[in-house]
Amino acid sequence: MKMIRWLQRAVQFSLPSLAVLALVVIFIPSPAAAAIPTDRTFHIEARRFEYAPATLTINPGDRVTLELTATDVVHGLSIDGYNLEVTADPGQTARLTFVASRQGSFRFRCTVTCGNMHPFMIGKLEVGRNTLLWKGITLLGLALAAGMWRLRK
Amino acid sequence: MSLPQEIPWLEKASSAERGAATRQDRAAPGRVNLLRISWLRPLLVSRWPQFLVRAVTLAGFVFAITAGLLGSQVGSHNFAIIFVWIAWWTALKLVFIPFGGRSWCSVCPIPLPGEWLQQGGILEKGRRFGLNLRWPKRLRNSWLQSNGFLLIGLFSALTLTDPRVTGWVLLALFALAIGLSLIFERRAFCSYICPIGGFTGIYARTAPVELRVLDNAICAAHIEKTCFQSCPWGLYPVAFRDSSACGLCMECLRACPKDNIAVNLRPFGSDLTQPGSRTRLDAAFLTLVMLGSAITFAAVFTGPWGSLKSAAFAIGSLAWLGYAVGFLALNLLALPGLFTLTVWVGHKLSGAKLPLRQMIAEQSQALLPLGLMAWIAFTVSFALPKLSYILGVVSDPFGWGRSLLGAAATRWSPDVSGFSSILQVILLFTGLLWAGRVIRQRSWPVLVFCLGYSLTMLWLLVG
Repeated sequence: MKMIRWLQRAVQFSLPSLAVLALVVIFIPSPAAAAIPTDRTFHIEARRFEYAPATLTINPGDRVTLELTATDVVHGLSIDGYNLEVTADPGQTARLTFVASRQGSFRFRCTVTCGNMHPFMIGKLEVGRNTLLWKGITLLGLALAAGMWRLRK
Repeated sequence: MSLPQEIPWLEKASSAERGAATRQDRAAPGRVNLLRISWLRPLLVSRWPQFLVRAVTLAGFVFAITAGLLGSQVGSHNFAIIFVWIAWWTALKLVFIPFGGRSWCSVCPIPLPGEWLQQGGILEKGRRFGLNLRWPKRLRNSWLQSNGFLLIGLFSALTLTDPRVTGWVLLALFALAIGLSLIFERRAFCSYICPIGGFTGIYARTAPVELRVLDNAICAAHIEKTCFQSCPWGLYPVAFRDSSACGLCMECLRACPKDNIAVNLRPFGSDLTQPGSRTRLDAAFLTLVMLGSAITFAAVFTGPWGSLKSAAFAIGSLAWLGYAVGFLALNLLALPGLFTLTVWVGHKLSGAKLPLRQMIAEQSQALLPLGLMAWIAFTVSFALPKLSYILGVVSDPFGWGRSLLGAAATRWSPDVSGFSSILQVILLFTGLLWAGRVIRQRSWPVLVFCLGYSLTMLWLLVG
C-alpha cells in the first residue's frame, strides 16, 4: 500500500510525467516473436479498388511470395516500410518474394493509376503481433486513468 | 445604428457578462498580444498583406475549378484534386486550425467576390450592392452546416476523387456564396452555410489564437461602435466568449479608433476550460457529426475494405444506398444516442441539477480536442503518402502529359510508415488526455465514451 501511495504521489498524472510515460511505452522494445520462419505463398487478386484477400497475416522472418493477378486493369502493389513493388497486367500474374524482416501492421497500396479510388486501393500486411496497436491501447488506458484521476477530485 | 443580432449568444449576453468576460480575458495569464510585436503589427493592420494572400488563394481557387472541369479526369494527375483535397485539406487540419483557429477564413477565396460586391469595393468600401436582408432568425445556428458536412460525407468518395465533380462543387460554393451575399447582409454563407466554416469554427475553440477587446469600458463609451459596423461577420468583439465565430479578418482592428483590440496568443484549449464556457445543442451535434465523419473517412480511405470503397464511390447504386444508410445511422442515431446515454448516466451519477440538454451541450466540449486529434491522425495516414503527387501536378496541373518543371513523372514514394503510425498513436493519446481535462461534473461515462471513440480510431488507423 505504501508503494502505491508513493507512486500516486510521484505520478499525480501531471502532464510532464504522462509525456515521459507515453514515450517510454512507445519506444520500449517489444519482445521478439518466437515463431519459426516458414515459406508462405499468397495468391492476391487485384481489381478496382480492392485486393482479395485484403489482409495477409504472417510471422516475422517468413519468406513470403506474393502472386498478384490483375483481373480488370493494370494494378501494382507496394508495401509501406518495405522497399518492394510489383506490377501485373490484366489477366497476368506477377510474383514477388521477400523476407518479412519488420514486425507490425503495414499497408500495401496500388502503384498504377487504376481509376478514381486508386489512391485508396489498400490492403494490410500483418507481420506477427501488432505491438504498436497494443502500445496505443496501453496509452489510451493511461489517458483514461489520468482522466479518472482528475474527475475524482 | 443597428445592434449586432446575427449571433444568438450575443443577444442573450447581458452587459455584466460581457464586461466580466472581457475583464477576465484581459487579466488572464499566459496571453501575448501579437500587436505588441513591432514588425507584425503593420502586417495585421494593413489590408495589403491580407489582400495579396487573398489574391493568391482566389487565383488558385479559380485555377482549381478550371483544372477540375477541363483537365484530366484522373484525380491523382489533376491540380484540383491534389491541391484541394490533399494540399489545402491537409494544411487546414495540420496547420491552420490547430495553430490559427479560423485563420483560413481570413484568406478564404470563396466569399470574396460576394463580399466585394456587397461592400461596393475591394480594399475600400463604396456603394453597397444587394438586398442586405437579415438572415432568418430560426436559421442562426449550425444545423445547416452539420447537414452540409453530412452531404460531404455521403458523396466524399466521388467528390474527393473526381476532378470534374470537385470543379462543379467548388463552382457551386462560389455561386452560392455570391448569391447569398447579394441577398443577405454580411457573411451569411460563412456563418451559417459553409460546412468548412462549421468545421473550423468549432475546432477554433481549441486553438492558441484569440481576438479580444482590451478594455470593455472604452468600448462601452464608444458610441459609434465602428468595430461592429465594419465587421463582415456582423460580430461585436466585446461579446466574444470564445473564438468559434470570429473569422480573424482584422477589420475591427482596423476600424477601432481607440486601439482597443488585442490579437492574443494563448494556451491551447483556453476556450474549453475557462469558467462558464458553454456551447449550444446545435454546436454539440456538429461536434458529433465531425466525430462520425472522421470514423467514416478513416474506414473508407485508409481501411483495407475494397467493397466499402466501391460502395461509397458508386453513387446511386444499391451498395451506395447501404453505405448512405450506415453513414447516416452512425451520425444521426448511434453517436448522438450513445453520447446522450453517457451524459445521462453521468448526469445521474453526479447528481448535477442542470437540464440534460444543457449537460449534453456542456460535455460535448470534451469532444472537440478528441475530434481535432482524430482528424489530424486520420490526415497523417490519408494525405502524407500522397504529398509527393503535389510536385507532379504543379508540373502538369491539367494532367495533359506536359512537364513544365520537369517533375510530372515524379515517382510516387508513399513510405511514411516509419513515423506516421507512431505519430497517430501519440495524437490519439493526446486527444483523449485533453478530453479528460475538459470533462466536467465528474462525468466519467463521457470519458468512457471518449475512450471507445479513441479505440475505434486507433484500430482503424494502426490496427
